Amino acid sequence: MTRAFSGRDAEELTLDRLARDELAADDVRIHPETLEHQAAVAEQHANPQLAANFRRAAELALMPEDEVMALYEALRPHRATAEELEALAVRLEAVPAPLSATLVREAASVYARRGLLR
Amino acid sequence: MADQPVGRIRFMDQQRVNLDGFAHEDVGLGLIAMNSPHDPAPSLVLDGGRVVEMDGRRVEDFDSLDELIATHGIDVTVAEEAMALDDVEFARLFVDPGVPRAEVVRLVSGTTPAKLARVVSMLRPAELTLAMTKLRARRTPSNQAHVTNLLDDPLLLAADAATAAAYGFREVETTVPVLADAPSNAVAVTLGAAIASPGVLVQCSVEEAMELEMGIRGLVSYAETVSLYGTEPVFVDGDDTPYSKAILAAAYASRGVKMRVTSGAGAELLMGGAEQCSMLYLESRCVSLARAMGVQGVQNGGIDGASVASSVPKGVRGLMAENVMVMARNLEACTGNDALMSESDVRRTSRTLPILLAGSDYVCSGFGSIQRYDNMFGPSQWNAEDIDDWLAMQRDWGVDGGLRTASPAEVGRLRREAAEACRDVYRYLGLADFTDEHVDLAVDAVGSKDLVTDGHEPDPMVVLGAAQAIRSSGLGSIEVAKALLECGYEAAAQRVLEMLGARVHGDHLQTAAIFDESMQVLSLVTDPNDYAGPGTGYEPDAARQAEIDGIRQARGVEDLRKDQASHADDSLRVIGAAAQGSDPREVVIGLSPGVGRTVWQTLSGLTVVDAIHELLAGLEEEGCIARLVRVNGSLDLGMVGLTAARLAGSGIGIGLQGKGTALIHRRDLPPLANLELYSMAPILDRSHYRLLGGNAGRHAKGATPVPARNPYTDEAIEARYHTRVVSLVELERRCLDRALGNEDIEVDR
Repeated sequence: MTRAFSGRDAEELTLDRLARDELAADDVRIHPETLEHQAAVAEQHANPQLAANFRRAAELALMPEDEVMALYEALRPHRATAEELEALAVRLEAVPAPLSATLVREAASVYARRGLLR
Repeated sequence: MADQPVGRIRFMDQQRVNLDGFAHEDVGLGLIAMNSPHDPAPSLVLDGGRVVEMDGRRVEDFDSLDELIATHGIDVTVAEEAMALDDVEFARLFVDPGVPRAEVVRLVSGTTPAKLARVVSMLRPAELTLAMTKLRARRTPSNQAHVTNLLDDPLLLAADAATAAAYGFREVETTVPVLADAPSNAVAVTLGAAIASPGVLVQCSVEEAMELEMGIRGLVSYAETVSLYGTEPVFVDGDDTPYSKAILAAAYASRGVKMRVTSGAGAELLMGGAEQCSMLYLESRCVSLARAMGVQGVQNGGIDGASVASSVPKGVRGLMAENVMVMARNLEACTGNDALMSESDVRRTSRTLPILLAGSDYVCSGFGSIQRYDNMFGPSQWNAEDIDDWLAMQRDWGVDGGLRTASPAEVGRLRREAAEACRDVYRYLGLADFTDEHVDLAVDAVGSKDLVTDGHEPDPMVVLGAAQAIRSSGLGSIEVAKALLECGYEAAAQRVLEMLGARVHGDHLQTAAIFDESMQVLSLVTDPNDYAGPGTGYEPDAARQAEIDGIRQARGVEDLRKDQASHADDSLRVIGAAAQGSDPREVVIGLSPGVGRTVWQTLSGLTVVDAIHELLAGLEEEGCIARLVRVNGSLDLGMVGLTAARLAGSGIGIGLQGKGTALIHRRDLPPLANLELYSMAPILDRSHYRLLGGNAGRHAKGATPVPARNPYTDEAIEARYHTRVVSLVELERRCLDRALGNEDIEVDR
């Protein structure tokens, strides 16, 4: 059984329920556990990098969309100072999103060297 | 005059290929397809399992691309083995059918960008084709369409998306001339695709942040406009870094949205940042980066830069080599053939054909399924006018280029249903009101120019208003599905809901995933490419082969029989057995066995009765007596004519076959000799038959007329008519009866 983010069984996504207005956005949103499962499948098919992406995605799946959009924005060039990126990494760890936090810290280190900080 | 080239050169200058730009290689600009002297030599130094030097650059000098590739993109457990492999030996693994795809993938995961670029640059065109056949991720090939229009007209977008899905495209990509229209376009294309087929992936290509927003909201089901570049300054000019793109990749996956990145030769060059490197090397950096970031696929093959790449020697080869690098890195390949790279039909076919033959995850990363003028990405390499060509090429080679024939009735029905569904849903959701006339125009439109009535285009503010309403109300695909259901489009509602359900399962996030029409995911995981030489790998199943073979233009004997029968009348009647004539003025017109029985219309469109009337009139003008005789014993025009000549009192006969070929014969000549012959039946008209009749009369009177000449055409006349000739011969053969002998025929005057 595959559960949606809301916990609803994916098999329950039927026209009857749609007609009764019983389906909400989180019923068609992927669950972090499903992304972890997809990560395992990607690993078995010789793509550990895709697996790592799915694991970062599993973390972001917990976050509301405006925070996800803000995270992307912060990593664009010349958007954030070193301190702001470190603060972002700390917030991500609290989600918990440790893999994404690691990526942000890697970026901060490269950005400092390459002049890509604000 | 001295400076003007001769006529032959002036003539060549006028050909369409000379509208294309051709450039000398210029290493300083990076205007070189592969192997620039400034491309770094491949190198990799590990220290404690960590990359400390890559392609000649030390870790402390790594730019952001190097850093991400070195940290995440190289499998250090195979790197030493892979980097030590001789380039030629390595390249041979790509084409050797005895070496499994998995082994190539394993080794390539340990290569640096410079190493992989150098290896694929060894592959010659036929080897690239074989490498692509073997290395693509998904077994079953497919194709992607652009569906856009100048006006962002939702009804036309819906009708055109339904049309694209009917022709077999499994991904449909739209974009906008007006950015704010994007949500409306996404909804219209989603509706249209769902009317025609389950499981069609839909995307709306716009600025990164807005595209992400639409993906998260469920208005689109995949994303592709996530650009990578091969140098850091160009990357930053594009307002991104490898790290921001990596987070973007995770963001899409976090909402169950499929995503691939876009790169391709020429982009850095066009932005003045190629750093004297070859296009193939810079693209190799992009492909390495894509793998390192953890995206499942890449669209490359010189997307917007395809024509730049094609302007230099080996440029087109380089484009295909890019695709092979993607496949070798175990990623989905969406293989270009996207932006138009030439004004020449020959060059654009040449550029695409090897990829069509090899098969690709998506042969085109944007087949312009609509009119060129409506393509808001710019004209594509292949456009609406080329769909029948594409279907014919698939059939010619027996390969699967992702398309299928849709019957004219089906296209008409789906376009109407899609336009009406779009109208109804927009009305139900309070987005816009469209008139019945607008629906009718969209259904029948070839392109958006056909939506203009009395000089007026549809009001652009209607679309903008709809898009703003979608965005501000937070409307998503659940609401779209609900609206479809409430408006009575249950099957389409089910399909939209299934695509939402797919996000929950996430199986289509795996490499090279598409949905088939029963909503099964076909991907590297579920449909892995297993090519290992002849007799292995993808082969269309019987049903798919029938789709490929069954183009709507194909005809058989039965079609032609019905067609001929529709011209039948009773103006030719048998009188009785034909006897030898004795009047020296008599010329006999010999008819082949099917004339006036199974065959009534010649290849030129003239009826056989009309052709006979002209022959008779020509003979009459010469004062000859004409007799019609059907020669039942031979299909051969020479024998029909000779038999007629032998029966004629003058010794001169005319032979006429049902397809319209005709000759003049004389009783003392061998069968294959003749006096005059019309072999080009498709371009004969009444005057030719009149002349032939007249000349036969002159021969009968012992004169030597100026011979009638075949009319000439430089068209592919045999290609046009040979299939009908085969069927006409069969219709004549059915009337062949040697026992019946020769019969006198009378004809109404």
